[in-house]
Amino acid sequence: MKNIRLLKDNIFGKIFFTLTILSISTVILLGFGLYYKSIPLLNHSSLGHLLSSSEWKPFKEAFGFYSFIMGTLWVTAISIVIALPLSLLTAIYLSEYAPIRIRKIVLPLIELLSGIPPVLFGVWGVLVIIPIIQDYIAPHFVEFTTGYSVLAGGIVLAIMIFPLIISILIEVFDNVPQELRDASLSLGATQWQTIKKVLLRKSVDGIVAATVLAISRAFGETIAVLMVCGNLAQVPHSLFDSGYPLPALIANNYGEMMSIPMYDSALMFAALLLFVIIFLFNAISRIILFRIEKRTT
Amino acid sequence: MRKIEENIFKALMILSTAIISGTLFWIIYTIFSKGLGSLNWDMISKIPEGGFYIGKGGGILNAIIGSLYITIGATLLGLLVSIPIVIYINIYAKKNSFLANITRLSYDILFGIPSIVYGAFGFAIMVYMGLKTSLLAGIITVTLLIIPILVRTMDEAVRVVPEDMSNSVYSLGATRYETAKIILRQSIPGIVTAILLSFGRAIGDAACVLFTAGFTDSIPTSLNQPAATLPLSIFFQLSSPIQEVQNRAYAAAVVLTIIVLIISITAKIASKNLSKNKI
Repeated sequence: MKNIRLLKDNIFGKIFFTLTILSISTVILLGFGLYYKSIPLLNHSSLGHLLSSSEWKPFKEAFGFYSFIMGTLWVTAISIVIALPLSLLTAIYLSEYAPIRIRKIVLPLIELLSGIPPVLFGVWGVLVIIPIIQDYIAPHFVEFTTGYSVLAGGIVLAIMIFPLIISILIEVFDNVPQELRDASLSLGATQWQTIKKVLLRKSVDGIVAATVLAISRAFGETIAVLMVCGNLAQVPHSLFDSGYPLPALIANNYGEMMSIPMYDSALMFAALLLFVIIFLFNAISRIILFRIEKRTT
Repeated sequence: MRKIEENIFKALMILSTAIISGTLFWIIYTIFSKGLGSLNWDMISKIPEGGFYIGKGGGILNAIIGSLYITIGATLLGLLVSIPIVIYINIYAKKNSFLANITRLSYDILFGIPSIVYGAFGFAIMVYMGLKTSLLAGIITVTLLIIPILVRTMDEAVRVVPEDMSNSVYSLGATRYETAKIILRQSIPGIVTAILLSFGRAIGDAACVLFTAGFTDSIPTSLNQPAATLPLSIFFQLSSPIQEVQNRAYAAAVVLTIIVLIISITAKIASKNLSKNKI
């Protein structure tokens, strides 16, 4: 009887171990699979050319990703510029100033916001942000715009990454030992001075990690961005120009990619680019966050 | 002077907290006010009829059912894979062992990989194996997408079970496998939260199923058939130039919003109520 129990324990242990190893290798498999599919394109033209050329003519087998990369960078940069200050202020408020009562109301709301599907952000962007840009903001700066612009993409993305940044920042702030705050306050510093000189200084690496994670989230967001960015293959030169971020490119062309030679390879290469960048960004910020957690426990 | 600066920043903080919480209500309000008018019983009880995409009759039942199939299938499949992993890294592996840490790091990273990359990867595999867009391909790809959520959330729930508990179970002579069962029972609230979280993510995801599940006007009857999904149904109808079709996209958005809100709120209540019974 005892042996059967031990046997069971062992067998399940082996199965669980195998599953764990297999599942970790998904990371490698993802990268390898996408790389494998992009080999034809990489044999066709050099990596440098693919990244720096903005000529996109699938029928002539000319695949330059420059304008899409720039589209992605514009949208991401705008979203971070909007989201970081607002999230930082909110996180400081919730962790340092807000009474428990308010924290208990606001945090679930932010959690709810993070559960809203991307497509609904897209619908909202089309219904609300696009008309606001078209009618109220853009006319002050440019003569004509449809509203479908990198700015619209940036705003919608900013709202989508709020919950991520805030939840990480609050965790980072909570990890700063209370004694440090007490020490600063007992020396006569005001609460705001304590926040500036102690809390923020202690949390610099955490803030960096949160930002990097947010960047990688914004990088890969697809449907919402696809709906509001205008999707013109051009390098945006102002906030009100249309852009065509990489994920939108992939999602928009999956239908025809099998009928044009090399096109599927080009789209898989775009996915590989996203994967590599996001993998690196995630790995870096997760390691930073892991260290912070370890330091305090 | 010190006070003025503090007050300005405090005002800014309250303002940004209000803005961020406010956008949630703004989004929900916009979708409801636009979509409720076009929402009727036909919308949610019929599949598209001929000429649906030029404004004729029918509904989005195909997308609702398709979404449910994919989401339920993926959640079940995901649990089957992720529960063993969570057990392994928490009970079988030594505490803070290299394997457990590297697994956690991998899942943190996989959690950040966007669904479009999973979609493209799923598509690459499908082409490699000569498969067409189908319900099964959709379920598998969405499973890949939600396993990181399941593992991370359940791992957190299992980790907070007090060590005394597993020690006392061991001291009664239980094997690790038997201990795992007891620990899991203690983590039920966390597991329920994990299931609901991944359910919400799976039902709202569009980029993954775009490549793998395809789209169809009928309700799939087998795993080889393509399946429609709610997010894609919203997306496709919204890109139509016809006003009636667009209105239906808004109504479909209301349906999706309601489903997601119910799931999120249930998750919140479940994790609160279930944890009352914990030791």
